[in-house]
Amino acid sequence: MPRRRPRGKGSLIRLEGVTKRFGAQTVLDDVTLHIRSGETLVIIGRSGCGKSVLLKCMIGLIRPDSGRILVGGRDITRLDGEALAPVRAKFGMVFQGAALFDSLTVNENVGFALKRQDVPEARIAKVVEERLKQVGLPGVGDRKPGELSGGMKKRVGLARALAVDPAVVLYDEPTTGLDPVMADAISELIVETGERLGVTQVVVTHDMTSAYKIGSRIAMLYQGKIRVVGTPDVIRKSRDAVVRQFISGSARGPIMAKSLA
Amino acid sequence: MAPDFFSRMGRVLIEFVEDLGRFFVMQGAVVRWLLATLVDWTRWAACSLLRRPCRSPFEARETVEQMVTIGVNSVPVVLVTALFTGMVLALQTGYTLDSKLQGISQFLGGMVTLSMVRELGPVLTSLIVAGRVGSAMAAELGTMRVTEQIDALETLATNPIKYLVVPRVFACLFMVPLLVLFSDAVGVFGGYVIAQVRYGQSAGMYIENARNMVALGDLFSGLFKTAFFGVIIAMVSCYKGFNTTGGAEGVGRATTSAVVVSSMGILMADYILTATMSAF
Repeated sequence: MPRRRPRGKGSLIRLEGVTKRFGAQTVLDDVTLHIRSGETLVIIGRSGCGKSVLLKCMIGLIRPDSGRILVGGRDITRLDGEALAPVRAKFGMVFQGAALFDSLTVNENVGFALKRQDVPEARIAKVVEERLKQVGLPGVGDRKPGELSGGMKKRVGLARALAVDPAVVLYDEPTTGLDPVMADAISELIVETGERLGVTQVVVTHDMTSAYKIGSRIAMLYQGKIRVVGTPDVIRKSRDAVVRQFISGSARGPIMAKSLA
Repeated sequence: MAPDFFSRMGRVLIEFVEDLGRFFVMQGAVVRWLLATLVDWTRWAACSLLRRPCRSPFEARETVEQMVTIGVNSVPVVLVTALFTGMVLALQTGYTLDSKLQGISQFLGGMVTLSMVRELGPVLTSLIVAGRVGSAMAAELGTMRVTEQIDALETLATNPIKYLVVPRVFACLFMVPLLVLFSDAVGVFGGYVIAQVRYGQSAGMYIENARNMVALGDLFSGLFKTAFFGVIIAMVSCYKGFNTTGGAEGVGRATTSAVVVSSMGILMADYILTATMSAF
């Protein structure tokens, strides 16, 4: 009798040969990366190396020049506008600056997608309350985003992304710009979200403390290519000079030399 | 020197044409969503007439909000502009009629009213609205773009054109002509004040002359043009806001160019529409 494949081992998102140029600059150069169902994949790399572009390609905000992006078997690079909507409904995204709608209250922000789906008000209120409690912010629902701190905004952003029960959550630099304690709290929240809700997560960051803490696997993007993919242990023990320099956070090494040349 | 000049001109031209092309691509989507929204609203209206449960129309609330910011909040500035325009128009027309054409100032009422409803009311009001509302729209949408709020809308399965642009276009389409109607009335009144004070005309004489010279068609031609101006303001400002890049500085640039381009668009459209209408 054939053994059933253990749940959470198939690739949910497959990027195959993804290339993206902006003007003369090649930001993503033939990137191939498979994201497994249920894992938390951390993508590390220098600021401006194209990590966020890679993330936005996965949700169809940016269309690659060539290559395929398969989400649950469907190539989203061929879909446009309305056809993307059902695919996007599977995703939640947490933006770098939280990107909360500042004309709306926290409650309206978190319940935004549900309201657009015409979910009854009472149900929306219940889900919103639950999600806010989950991210550790009960009772801030009536405030406007302008009255929240940076860490609180990121939490609300996460609550908003989780409101529609996504299968995948994408995070763009979730700990950037936060103090170390708040950064760690956000990292814990990401780990918790992955474990409790069983969602697949892709996190873009250059914060190594956070990367080691949350990643089931870590991939490094360097000069538009995936330099290495592996478990945190594999990354920690890597002999690649580029990887070594990045994870130790040193100004000396091949990375600096290349970009100065 | 010369080749350098030509290649630079060429690049400017390429950029201009590219920009124009992107503008029309976006407007194609805007028109499509505009029609889709109208269908939504009609369906909703039909459902509520038949007392059937039905999806609430999404953009109705946003449209009403925009109507308030664009229309209601613009009333004071538009009225002041119109009052002074009417007054100075009466002064200048009176001077022409009285001193240059010798003593035919009895035509003052008709000439002021005609200029006001056909030309100055529509154009000056639209220019004021472009400055007040166009800049605010470009700045708001530009800020939403650079803080990734527009991206966030897309990830929440909401089309940003339908949610942000359509309500603004609708609001401008209805509210700017309404503002022009107010502005026409106040401008004509301003003209009357001067006709009375400077040229000693009675209200009856002023109104009588205006009624003789001005037809309802003149008023409508002005309002018809204004509907186009309103759409130009909304479309240009939303386009500039949506295509903002480069942080706070970019928002500033988008705001300025929204006002400049929509003002120029209004004046050019004014000529084209007036010329077209006078041909029939």
